[in-house]
Amino acid sequence: MATNKIESQDKAITADLFRTVGKSIEEMEAISRPSLTFWQEAWLRIRKDKAAFIGLIILIIYTILAIFAPMFSSYEFDQQDAYAMRQTFSAEHWFGTDSLGRDLWVRIWVGARVSLSIGFIAAFINSVIGTILGGFSGYIGGKFDMILMRIIDIIYGIPALIVNILVMVVLGPGIKSLIIAMVITGWAGSCRFTRGEVYRLKEQEFVLASRVLGESTFMIIVREIIPNLMGLIITNLAMAIPAAIFREAFLSYIGLGIAPPNASWGVLAKEGAAMIRLCPHMLYVPAFFICTTVLAFNLLSNGLRDAFDPRMRGTD
Amino acid sequence: MNNQTSREVLLEVKDLSQYFRISRDKVLKAVDHVNFKIHRGETVGLVGESGCGKSTTGRTILKLYTPNTGNVYYRGKDVFTFTADEDMQYRKQAQMIFQNPHSSLNPRMTVKDIVGAGMKIHNLAKSKELDGRIEALLRKVGLNKDHMSRFPQEFSGGQKQRIGIARALSVVPEFIVCDEPISALDVSIQAQVLNMLKKSQQDLGLTYLFIAHDLSVVKYISDRVIVMYLGTIVEEAVSEDLYRNPLHPYTQVLLSSIPIADPEQVRRKKRRIVSGEVASPITPPAICRFVSRCPLADQVCREQMPPLREVEPGHNVACFKV
Repeated sequence: MATNKIESQDKAITADLFRTVGKSIEEMEAISRPSLTFWQEAWLRIRKDKAAFIGLIILIIYTILAIFAPMFSSYEFDQQDAYAMRQTFSAEHWFGTDSLGRDLWVRIWVGARVSLSIGFIAAFINSVIGTILGGFSGYIGGKFDMILMRIIDIIYGIPALIVNILVMVVLGPGIKSLIIAMVITGWAGSCRFTRGEVYRLKEQEFVLASRVLGESTFMIIVREIIPNLMGLIITNLAMAIPAAIFREAFLSYIGLGIAPPNASWGVLAKEGAAMIRLCPHMLYVPAFFICTTVLAFNLLSNGLRDAFDPRMRGTD
Repeated sequence: MNNQTSREVLLEVKDLSQYFRISRDKVLKAVDHVNFKIHRGETVGLVGESGCGKSTTGRTILKLYTPNTGNVYYRGKDVFTFTADEDMQYRKQAQMIFQNPHSSLNPRMTVKDIVGAGMKIHNLAKSKELDGRIEALLRKVGLNKDHMSRFPQEFSGGQKQRIGIARALSVVPEFIVCDEPISALDVSIQAQVLNMLKKSQQDLGLTYLFIAHDLSVVKYISDRVIVMYLGTIVEEAVSEDLYRNPLHPYTQVLLSSIPIADPEQVRRKKRRIVSGEVASPITPPAICRFVSRCPLADQVCREQMPPLREVEPGHNVACFKV
């Protein structure tokens, strides 16, 4: 071999002296990983995240119970029974009864309907308003952006709770006024957050590439920006819902939310707190559901944040 | 060289400035009164260190920014006064290849949608033909139809950059701004992409504005080279001329910094090292931008801005001392 090398030194080196060792070019270009869409991959990762999956299951169970439990119970949520007041857990009344003899199992799930739907609706409206305004503000910039951001600064400057309470006092109790009160202050957070995200995205090279190709501004927002925001919007929504549930519970607790005999978890907790010496279960039961729901949402949103994070791709 | 100057001017940049306002009284002059011409079919290299305004120049040419002064003429027409129709036409004829392959492809779109987007916008293919056209384009850049339904993050950097090239070629352009197309790639992949760009140019008769900071790459691909320093052009010449006989002190420094693979040659070579700091591009005074680092600088350089003048035929330098 050694002599061979020396001999060939003065010869010209031609292409036919070389051959490809190992993988061919075809093989090098092949991709072995199965193709997954963004949503498939996120779902896979949520399923692997135990805490998030447990959170999701708890929420599904609560939602199903909120829808069906009152239908299949022999009691009405406002049905009073003078002979069965302030009872604890029994086969008759699973969660006991309150001081008017109303069945707490039914009241909890009727209350869940109110609490969960207010949480969902308020967070959803906040998210929609915030995303649209924030999207425009971030993409267009300029004066519109400046004015909107100052308005948000003002909203942030006043404690949201005070605004909520004032609005509730003016509008009176009820689901509608609760949602309005929460939306008035709530959109600012998601607006500011979306704006920042759009601001970052619009300078990305793939958006510039689209502009160079002559894509219209509307199509760029629809095709390039929004799909890249979806993960964050959903994560944000999942974080905003427990906050809204909590806020509703608080307002109802201080007597500004839902008016009796209607129930929400906050109302039930308030009624229970008044009776804490005699029958503490009346407070503990709604408090347990508020806590577990908020916890479940937080676990889920944590998992969602990781599942949608592109940096976490392939690290499972 | 003579036939080059007589060739049709495809793009002309006249007195172009791009400023960015940083605060109330501070202005970053990214590009400051720049003039150059690009002829049909040639590759013009635009070099300079990072932050000298190369990319901004490229982006302003493609109307991604609105310039503060000056004009860009494409086939003799000012691109900033185009009508909507002319603008769409320009979007079809002038394309861009981006620096970072990881951020230049939308992670939520399949390769098919990315490459097909331009053809859809400009109605270049009926929906039936679209798939075939995309496949042909992908084959041209060394990918195949199995890759069409894949997402960008499933590809390597080199593959992504080739998808970016396919996207730029999809609308059959005649002029492409290559904004450091290979600087984010592995050295082993650089040659592959570079050769692909060269081959496309030969096949399709493309004109390139090739932006880079790697001088050996620019030497390999360019017919003419423009050297920028802090927003101004300091030297402009035919490629061979510039590399053989650099006249501006900055260009000389730049060229002597090219690493050489042969240690024998390195020992023989005198390396010029600059002292001093890069001046700030924020509200710079109207004097020579290189004065803080220039070994030849004297009083004139500190008082006036050297104009770009023709020192030899086709060789322009902005320096008082040449």
